[in-house]
Amino acid sequence: MNFDYNEEQQLLAASIRRFVDKDYAFETRRKIMSSSDGWSPEVWAKLAELGVLGLPLPAETGGFGGGAVDLMPVMEAFGDALLVEPFLATVGLGAQFIVRGAVPERRKQILPAVVEGKLKMAFAHTERDARYDLKRVASRARRAEGGYAIDGEKRVVLHAPCADLLVISARTGGSDGDARGISLFVVDAAAKGLSMARYRTLDGCVAADIVLHNVRVPVDGRIVAEGDGLALIEEVVDYATALVCAEAVGAIRSANEATLEYLKTRKQFGVPIGSFQALQHRMVDMVIEQEQAQSMASLACATVDSERDPVQRKRMVSAAKIRVADACRRVSQEAVQLHGGMGMSDEMKVSHTFRRLTIITQQFGNADHHLERFAVASDTKRD
Amino acid sequence: MDLNYSADEIAFRDQVRGWLRDNLPRELRDKVVDYRELTKDDLLRWHRTLAAKGWIAPAWPVDWGGTTWSVVQRYIFEEECGYAGAPPLIPFGLMMCAPVLFKFGTEAQKKRFLPRIYGGDDFWCQGYSEPGSGSDLASLRTTARRDGDHYVVSGQKTWTTLAHMADWIFCLVRSDGATDKKQEGISFLLIDMKSTGITVRPLILMDGGHEVNEVFFDDVRVPAENLVYEEGKGWTVAKFLLGHERMNTARIGASRRELEKLKALAGARKSNGGSLLDDARFRDRLSRVEIELMALSITNLRFLDALRGGHAPGAEVSMLKITGTEIQQALTELMMETAGPEAQRAAPIDHAEAFDAFTASFGARYCNYRKTSIYAGSNEIQRNIIAKRLLEL
Repeated sequence: MNFDYNEEQQLLAASIRRFVDKDYAFETRRKIMSSSDGWSPEVWAKLAELGVLGLPLPAETGGFGGGAVDLMPVMEAFGDALLVEPFLATVGLGAQFIVRGAVPERRKQILPAVVEGKLKMAFAHTERDARYDLKRVASRARRAEGGYAIDGEKRVVLHAPCADLLVISARTGGSDGDARGISLFVVDAAAKGLSMARYRTLDGCVAADIVLHNVRVPVDGRIVAEGDGLALIEEVVDYATALVCAEAVGAIRSANEATLEYLKTRKQFGVPIGSFQALQHRMVDMVIEQEQAQSMASLACATVDSERDPVQRKRMVSAAKIRVADACRRVSQEAVQLHGGMGMSDEMKVSHTFRRLTIITQQFGNADHHLERFAVASDTKRD
Repeated sequence: MDLNYSADEIAFRDQVRGWLRDNLPRELRDKVVDYRELTKDDLLRWHRTLAAKGWIAPAWPVDWGGTTWSVVQRYIFEEECGYAGAPPLIPFGLMMCAPVLFKFGTEAQKKRFLPRIYGGDDFWCQGYSEPGSGSDLASLRTTARRDGDHYVVSGQKTWTTLAHMADWIFCLVRSDGATDKKQEGISFLLIDMKSTGITVRPLILMDGGHEVNEVFFDDVRVPAENLVYEEGKGWTVAKFLLGHERMNTARIGASRRELEKLKALAGARKSNGGSLLDDARFRDRLSRVEIELMALSITNLRFLDALRGGHAPGAEVSMLKITGTEIQQALTELMMETAGPEAQRAAPIDHAEAFDAFTASFGARYCNYRKTSIYAGSNEIQRNIIAKRLLEL
């Protein structure tokens, strides 16, 4: 048993910490958020320089071959700073499909450019009425001259507006809701027939709904075997879910630190409001939430790094996501409440942390979704 | 025991319901139920519609335009308005300033201000909270110095709802800074928002909306005739107003409407091959809110019944506020959850014409409704009131 980060992880954590403190302060983030693109090329270049973009990518493509556990301190720092850059979309989702599913030539084409910060990615999967069910894919890819032609619609594709390459799921067989028949394609974001309606999200990122109309993809644009995409989608989404759990821990810690500071400094009735026992106990409960969430984020990250049994992996990641979602909800609501009116103000960081935690609560599935998945995985184990 | 309204009360309810059906403008109702922003003109249009009918100020004395309605009828009216999707009545003039003037105002003040409040000619806001004085209101520091036949007011108010629309503000100010107790030396002043030296600065909330403001007073000269009650006795006025909260603080009518809408939305949302209402986990959470609302509507009637029997409203109002706002918040949260991943959408960058602003409003509304457990006496303060006054702890 050892819950400490190793020396390398600690060094990286310290340098990321310095970076976000210095170059991603709340006011800087506000400027980036309100810029027309909603992300910062300078920050992206800096993340490449720090080696963060390559951290979880294989050494032979210029990366450091790290796992989700190595990324935990990074995600925590990003959660604290409320990063709006396309890190999760590119490194946590898009590139992971290439690492785990693409042939070596494709990996060599794409991954070094990701490591160097020259290529950003997004995962276009969610469809209308799919909610959090990963099997719900109705978009179709039919065989066409020299490859495939894709038709369909994708919803809420996080960071699609800044992506160069999209990983897109579409059916080559079966019907909406079938586990088999889903294929995965790597498509240029500027491809003919692909159009986006762009928008800002509640937590200050950019995303898009995408329409695919006869989008042509060559045969080698498909990753993994035709119709076999779901297992990889589940694996990568579990990986990204684990990262988001770690990000949540950073955001929760930030909300708790801000709230504790407020309880100690805000005076009413001649005393700091933190001297009221009714509020003390609530602050204590928030800290318990933080500790429980941190434990489950560790479990999720360690699981996606080492667990080879998909059923067991799903069970652990869902357990983590349920507990982290509960913590996100409780802490975010209490942090705003204990700040009083100040917690409602757009000028206060805690209101932005509230919004990020609100989104994380449901990102890659809310607690209800994961409770069902946890139960199914638990039953499968028992059988 | 009979948990239902009497035949007369039901007849009254049907009368109100019928009138609302015929007189609540469709476009105002649509704005309310689709969560679109109401302009000052929208608010005033509805105010004047009710004023023309004679229903804008049911609780006022009949001589001033009030009705002879019982507390139960007043409650029925307010709940029916909420259920029908009527725009909210801005309470600062009708339900706060006016009762104060009836109780403490001079004849001249009543004649000057009340008809204009009734007709919607003056839009009022409330100058209570300050940066250092929220829950601890009596610690306020905005000063009023007497200078001949004027007071000179300096300081700052904050979280001032709709100050950017207001013609007048009623303020608690410190007219004597040398008292032993902080509750002494406070005065209640009526201030024209057009006075020289007043600056209103918007405070943007986390849903991006502008409803509250900071109001700065820089040597604002206020005629002494705008003092209500005696100089230094403003806390008596403030306490009276606190006890004069309305019994519709639970907003049951509006929550019933939201609950029905939530069920319709969830029923139309697909989930795992069925609708979201077929999802037992979601359905159970929705049912619990519905049951809480059921309980609260009966609790509210029980309190009203006691009030009708001559019992003065007390800590009960605090219970209604706590539970009512918790229900409102739970409804916004479930509403947001019906949208699933699409709840992430906030504002279009392009293709604005095709953007689903209605669904996107759910997340913003969830954020916005966190205010309900903070404003009008935070739910923590309400619990303190119950602990002290009701339980004598």
